[in-house]
Amino acid sequence: MNILVAGIGKVGMTLVRQLSAEGHDLTVIDYSSGVLENCVEDYDVMAIEGNCATMETLEEAGVENADLLLAMTNADEVNLLCCMTAHHMNSKLHTIARIRDPEYTQQAYTMRGAFALSMVVNPDRSAAREINRLIKYPGFLKRDTFAKGLAEIVELKVDEKSALKDLSLFQLNSTVKAQILVCTVLREGNAIIPSGDFSLRQGDRVFVTGSAKDLAVMLRNLGIITHKARRVLIAGGGRISYYLAKTLLEQGTAVQIIERDEKRCHNLAEALPDASIIHGDVSNQYILNREGLEGCDSFVTATGVDETNIVMSLYAAKKNVPQIITKLGRAENMEIINELSVGSLVCPKELCAASVVRYVRAMKNQVGAAVTMHTIADGQAEALEFVVDENTRHCNEQLKNIKLKDNVLLAGITHKGRTIIPRGDSYFVPGDSLVVVESGQGTVLRLNDIFES
Amino acid sequence: MNFKIVGRINGEILLLEAIFMIPPLLISIFDGTAGVTRAFLESMAIIIFTGVALMTFTKDAKKKFYAREGLVCVGLAWIVMSVLGCLPFYFSGEIPGYVNCLFEIVSGFTTTGASIVPNVELLSRAILYWRSFSHWVGGMGVLVFLLALVPTDSKGKGGFSVHLLRAESPGPSVGKIVPKMRQTAMILYLMYIGLTVLDFIFLIAGGMPVFDSVCTAFGTAGTGGFGIKADSFTSYSPYLQNVTTVFMILFGVNFTCYYLLLVRQFKAVFTDEEIRLYFGIIVVSITLIAFNIRHMYGTVEETVRTAAFQVASIITTTGFATADFDKWPVFSKTIILALMIVGACAGSTGGGLKCSRVLLLIKGLRRNIHSVLHPQRVQVVRINKRTVSETILSNTNAYLSAYMSIIIICVLIISLDGFSVEANISAVLCTFNNIGPGLAEVGPASNFLAYGILSKVVLIFCMLLGRLEIFPILVLFSGSTWKKMG
Repeated sequence: MNILVAGIGKVGMTLVRQLSAEGHDLTVIDYSSGVLENCVEDYDVMAIEGNCATMETLEEAGVENADLLLAMTNADEVNLLCCMTAHHMNSKLHTIARIRDPEYTQQAYTMRGAFALSMVVNPDRSAAREINRLIKYPGFLKRDTFAKGLAEIVELKVDEKSALKDLSLFQLNSTVKAQILVCTVLREGNAIIPSGDFSLRQGDRVFVTGSAKDLAVMLRNLGIITHKARRVLIAGGGRISYYLAKTLLEQGTAVQIIERDEKRCHNLAEALPDASIIHGDVSNQYILNREGLEGCDSFVTATGVDETNIVMSLYAAKKNVPQIITKLGRAENMEIINELSVGSLVCPKELCAASVVRYVRAMKNQVGAAVTMHTIADGQAEALEFVVDENTRHCNEQLKNIKLKDNVLLAGITHKGRTIIPRGDSYFVPGDSLVVVESGQGTVLRLNDIFES
Repeated sequence: MNFKIVGRINGEILLLEAIFMIPPLLISIFDGTAGVTRAFLESMAIIIFTGVALMTFTKDAKKKFYAREGLVCVGLAWIVMSVLGCLPFYFSGEIPGYVNCLFEIVSGFTTTGASIVPNVELLSRAILYWRSFSHWVGGMGVLVFLLALVPTDSKGKGGFSVHLLRAESPGPSVGKIVPKMRQTAMILYLMYIGLTVLDFIFLIAGGMPVFDSVCTAFGTAGTGGFGIKADSFTSYSPYLQNVTTVFMILFGVNFTCYYLLLVRQFKAVFTDEEIRLYFGIIVVSITLIAFNIRHMYGTVEETVRTAAFQVASIITTTGFATADFDKWPVFSKTIILALMIVGACAGSTGGGLKCSRVLLLIKGLRRNIHSVLHPQRVQVVRINKRTVSETILSNTNAYLSAYMSIIIICVLIISLDGFSVEANISAVLCTFNNIGPGLAEVGPASNFLAYGILSKVVLIFCMLLGRLEIFPILVLFSGSTWKKMG
């Protein structure tokens, strides 16, 4: 597909990485030649220098022949203007704009026709949602939903006290007393798709799938109780904090936000009357202690500086805060950061890129294209949901007779509203939806790609 | 420095070269020239062995690839390709002496067309074909060919291909024409093949024998200039001369323009400043020379045809000749010498300084003169109404100084052989700019055989430096290139 990416910031670059890996024709637009230079050196894309909201630049970038425009600059207004202009020049064009300012969010949605928007992405709001989900279900690091909420993939960390430590996968189901499946294990930075005799070790991050019910049973039997957080302390008063605080307050959770900028504090206090907004430097341990870091249920570090977030989280870990969530703007050093006890990591740009990639895949509209896609294990593996149709090979055949490619695992079959963990005698029929996990290089684009040819 | 990936790409290039040798091998078998057949078979065996060995040793090559690797890779590939590509000449014994063979093949690959063969009509057809074909491959670039052939796997190869394209393609700024590198390379080669075939059809229609047409089309397309007759183009009919004039000029145009024409962006092509400068120089030069040499030829038609052929041949850096311009008046000769330096458009198969660089230099100079008069004035240089970045301007100036200094040094070295100043300067200019024949002792009617070994080696480097635009070859001699880093 012919895709224009306007604005090569953190989100833009992530999108270029993922979409070029999927083989799309990408043209990137930015006003900084330095950024473009880097982009062209790393990826097989064409670069156009200029203002992406002008007709001249868009024409040069070939908007007439493009299928999709991703407006990802850091200015909401430019993104909107860019989409409107481009759509004026090519009425068949799909457009996705990044809108970050909470003040525009509602109107961007209401006026999406006038703005010619096919979709709006908001990295901050996606991050806030993800953090909220983590606060609601502590004990595992990440949770992705498939098949309209019937199947899920959750991430667990095997620590010293975990019952999973030194457990082989054969014994797993009897230990946790639930039908679950380990689809990927991230060990020392490598994603492994394990077989039955694989044994878990301390430090592994395990991605487990199963029906929502079975996963709940598993969590209970592992001693991970889903309880309600009563008080959440948020460091940094940016947009993510705003969205998060709003949702948390609606759920009846007490929220404290520490923000350095006084003016921003006033704005937040106006917008969030029920939250307690504290003006102070988050890196000041005295303020954190005074605001009751030790007694809070969850501590979220969401300042704009990754380094500050990491250090704050490490401090909170030392103070034995039950749940710590760290926001990271850049995801380059995940391998090192995962070694640290900084709790769960949330990366807005990855979340945002994942939703755009999902849209692109759906747009491709090919037979058997993935319905939803989640990147797991720090981007080293992907969980994809497909709907089985008449063109799918091996329908009605027992799984033990089907040969799947290496690095591919069938993690769930949802048949008529019931999700099962596939066994040797399971089979699928048209209309079912399948969850597939693959740790290859993005080679599974259609459902039939998972079968050994 | 990632030596393994450089080695791997060089291995791939060698295998490609061995494949290119199949047609001349078949010709030699068809002609029954056993000695030449054996020469090609032996050369292919050595090339394949070296290529496979390189690829086996570099199986685990990492993908790390930066501008430095791109430059070294292209520089090395051209040297390796030439060192082994001249083996058929050497083994067949048709060209005596290894350095002479190397000179001949480098002259082929760099599309120079300067020859050390006294009488090309004595060479066998397979050897003639290989000589002319080297022009064709060298014209668009063999690494670009590789990019078009080898599928790029999805991750991390973007930089790899851009650096190769940049290092091999001529011009101050090289970009893609479509988002995917492989498609860009394919489009370039398809247009190149299309134009070559068109040229071939026009030549056949004019009654030229098939083999002559193929070799001439290769020589014209690559803007090379190896003739297969001792008198180059003089004995061909006026029609064939005119066809060749037109196609030489066409191959000197930036290939991006043809793509723009194909996608119907006519305005962008006709308002392009480089194209306008290129055709302007051609028209003015033809007029001036035709006026200057009007007493030497019988009719007006012959005068204009001869002037046009020579101007087209020199500005596109092809180097065919229908007249011994060495016998022309000094004014015409000086124009020819100036055209040698200007060269064709960027992104074409021609050599020289390139019209776009000339344009940048003129505009940059004008700005500097203005800033002497108005020191506080802020000015930008524009080409095609777009601002040219200061980096490109300073790179162009750096290129000119490198160009001038290398030429002076080379002239100095080859003057040890005792030829006239005119011959030495024109020899360096016409090898560096990939033209072919120069003036005086190296004029269209003679050749480079008389120069000594040292001079020949210097001229070989001139050709490579000129074709690859200096830096890919220069970095090979820079100490920091070979230092281990990371």
